[in-house]
Amino acid sequence: MKHWWNSGEPWIWLTAASVTVSILAVVSLLLLIIWQGLGHFWPASVMEAEYQDHDGKITVLGEVRGEEVVPASRLQEMGIVVKGDLVTRYLLKTGNREILGMDFRWVLAENLQQQRYPKEVIVIERREWGNFYGYLQAVKEEGKVVSEGPEAWVELQTRLDRTLTLYEEIRNISKYDIGKVNHGLEQLRLVQRRLELNNDTDPAKQQQLADERVVLQARFEELNQQLANLYQAVNRDSFSAKVMDGRVVDISLANVVKVYRPNSLSGPEKLGFYVMKFWEFVSDEPREANTEGGIFPAIFGTVIMVLIMSVMVTPFGVIAAVYLHEYAKQNFLTRTIRVAVNNLAGIPSIVYGVFGLGFFVYFIGAKIDLWFFPEALPAPTFGTPGLLWASITLALLTLPVVIVSTEEGLARIPKSIREGSLALGATKAETLWRTVIPMASPAIMTGLILAIARAAGEVAPLMLVGVVKLAPALAIDNNTPFLHLDRKFMHLGFHIYDVGFQSPNVEAGRPLVYATAFLLVTVIVVLNLAAIWIRNQLREKYKALETA
Amino acid sequence: MNNSTLTHGIDIAQLGRGEATLCLDDEHLCIVVKNLNLYYGDKQALKDVNMGIPSRRVTAYIGPSGCGKSTLLRCFNRMNDLTDDVHIDGEILLDGNDIHRPSVNVADLRRRVGMVFQKPNPFPKSVYENVAYGLRLQGINSRRVLDEVVEKSLKGAALWDEVKDRLYDNALGLSGGQQQRLVIARAIAIEPEVLLLDEPASALDPISTLKIEELINELKTEYTIVIVTHNMQQAARVSDYTAFMYLGELIEFGDTSSLFTNPAKKQTEDYITGRYG
Repeated sequence: MKHWWNSGEPWIWLTAASVTVSILAVVSLLLLIIWQGLGHFWPASVMEAEYQDHDGKITVLGEVRGEEVVPASRLQEMGIVVKGDLVTRYLLKTGNREILGMDFRWVLAENLQQQRYPKEVIVIERREWGNFYGYLQAVKEEGKVVSEGPEAWVELQTRLDRTLTLYEEIRNISKYDIGKVNHGLEQLRLVQRRLELNNDTDPAKQQQLADERVVLQARFEELNQQLANLYQAVNRDSFSAKVMDGRVVDISLANVVKVYRPNSLSGPEKLGFYVMKFWEFVSDEPREANTEGGIFPAIFGTVIMVLIMSVMVTPFGVIAAVYLHEYAKQNFLTRTIRVAVNNLAGIPSIVYGVFGLGFFVYFIGAKIDLWFFPEALPAPTFGTPGLLWASITLALLTLPVVIVSTEEGLARIPKSIREGSLALGATKAETLWRTVIPMASPAIMTGLILAIARAAGEVAPLMLVGVVKLAPALAIDNNTPFLHLDRKFMHLGFHIYDVGFQSPNVEAGRPLVYATAFLLVTVIVVLNLAAIWIRNQLREKYKALETA
Repeated sequence: MNNSTLTHGIDIAQLGRGEATLCLDDEHLCIVVKNLNLYYGDKQALKDVNMGIPSRRVTAYIGPSGCGKSTLLRCFNRMNDLTDDVHIDGEILLDGNDIHRPSVNVADLRRRVGMVFQKPNPFPKSVYENVAYGLRLQGINSRRVLDEVVEKSLKGAALWDEVKDRLYDNALGLSGGQQQRLVIARAIAIEPEVLLLDEPASALDPISTLKIEELINELKTEYTIVIVTHNMQQAARVSDYTAFMYLGELIEFGDTSSLFTNPAKKQTEDYITGRYG
């Protein structure tokens, strides 16, 4: 035993075990996120059953979304009479929020009878009120029945296609065309305000502004008219459907996003549906307080914020490191600065958020508004949290990482390379820019990789300096100046927090929390892989270090 | 035999300490060192060195490790400026002008006095870009000029035939000997007056060493070459003049054949016969 102990073998086992535990932790984390998050998009079968409630027998209709075993005592405390010690209960998504008052309900497994999966059950995703579950009765045009019975399903789909096309048109007009007109009008207002501030009362300019405004107003009226027509067209069709308690309701097709019959979908069809749903989640905008629809604005916001942060932190960090390592005399002061920089990395991120809000937003932002955008005041342009300030705050947060790894990279460049360059008549600056910094670029990229990993996952400071629950517009659009650094934006990390904790609909939000977490991890991994790929290219190019 | 010839108004005999072996009377001196002392902090590394380096000749420094020969070599292009805590007094004249005057631009000086180091240190760039580096520094970016100079320099360094098909490959893919000749090509591309070689063959195999030595022989028709070497046979083979240094002092300086066959100082004799060092 003693021999075995002294052989060093236990040490090997210990190290191997710790690696195993780490890997297991990471893998199980990923698996949990993937399983919980990605399962959400699968079109689950809809169950119908007779349910013995405490006040009578009812028919329930919905998707089984969860199952748990609870002690009977807990239910008895809630006033539910049950037999036995442990009770199985299902979480049933019944939808039809406007009729039933809630989307989800728990049902006791033992009280469910005659479970069946009728093929003709339809599920409707709606723009309001969440999902609808029921049986299609008739399709109507202007309130008059045009199709009934089994043919109604086909009719519904052709009419839905038409409605969706119209809806898309409405969206384009109200989002892009009217957005552009509004942008133009706002610009005109600002120009006029600027003239006022400068006491410029040139009638020619005023006249020109008025003319332009008339043109835009006319365009606005025209678009509004188009919209009104489209709305009328889109509201033409409706259908009636029977819900689980036997009531028949009318639903306008304008309110429908998608309609399907999960119980009659074949395996491949379900898979296709799944892919489509997932794609919608990635590429669409959120609906219904972020509990439905997609999270594209959050992905976009996360990525663009990280990119802007990288663009800012890299040059800044590299230059700081170059000064610290190449120019500054190595004495007590530089050592102090180095320690201070390292310690900056340990400051809790929320502190950076507070600093960003106080310094960047309220001080610098307010000054920028005062000097460059006085015409917009009192409405702030940069004096309010936004993309620029969030990126700068995170750049500050990740600066130490970039400085430290750049310094390490510079220290690894052999003296002989520097001397070789200097001996050819290069100045120190030329040596740095032509040889040393390119050779240190893999190390700089390593710093950037660490910075990205840290920045993309950061939430706390962002809540103070620019992230919002729902941003009205993306930071990039087709109105000048195209990239709007002053806009607020959405972020995957904050989205997780919002859906998980701030959502009115907890059960609907939970799978989205996992799915969003999965996408956040994916985004970070993709960003990192891109940076690692660049670094490897650079390494290949500057693999000098061991031979020189 | 006191050959008291004045070159640039300098008493050569005085420089060579008036030893019998010194015979520089026909030579034009490119570099003149007068009363040079160099200190690393408190430690004196060069002690009152006086000597002249003749133009278009090969001058070799020999001596045991740590005797200051590399330090002296690095004085000629002020490479010691890069080391902290170095203090120099005395004069080094390049074509009669003191290189330590404040008006001297160090980068210009290094352009005139090229240097090749002990270990090959090509940049992690293509062969072509390595040679073009010094020219690009001077703002010469014309493809035609660069092509011409690269070819000429590589030919001058006897490397052209080996690399002409892979000019755009990474220079680090070359062998050690090729890398060293590339570094020489890089140095001569900017047409310096003096080429300092700091043990240029010590990291190379015998065949590469031979090539470097042949190269030195060819280059001396155009450049003043100063070489530091550990290897006395090499000094004897390639140099016209040899200086022996010991513990920071210049012990003896003279034409190579006399120094090796008939050393004037006992220390020199002891060293070349292998009694120490």
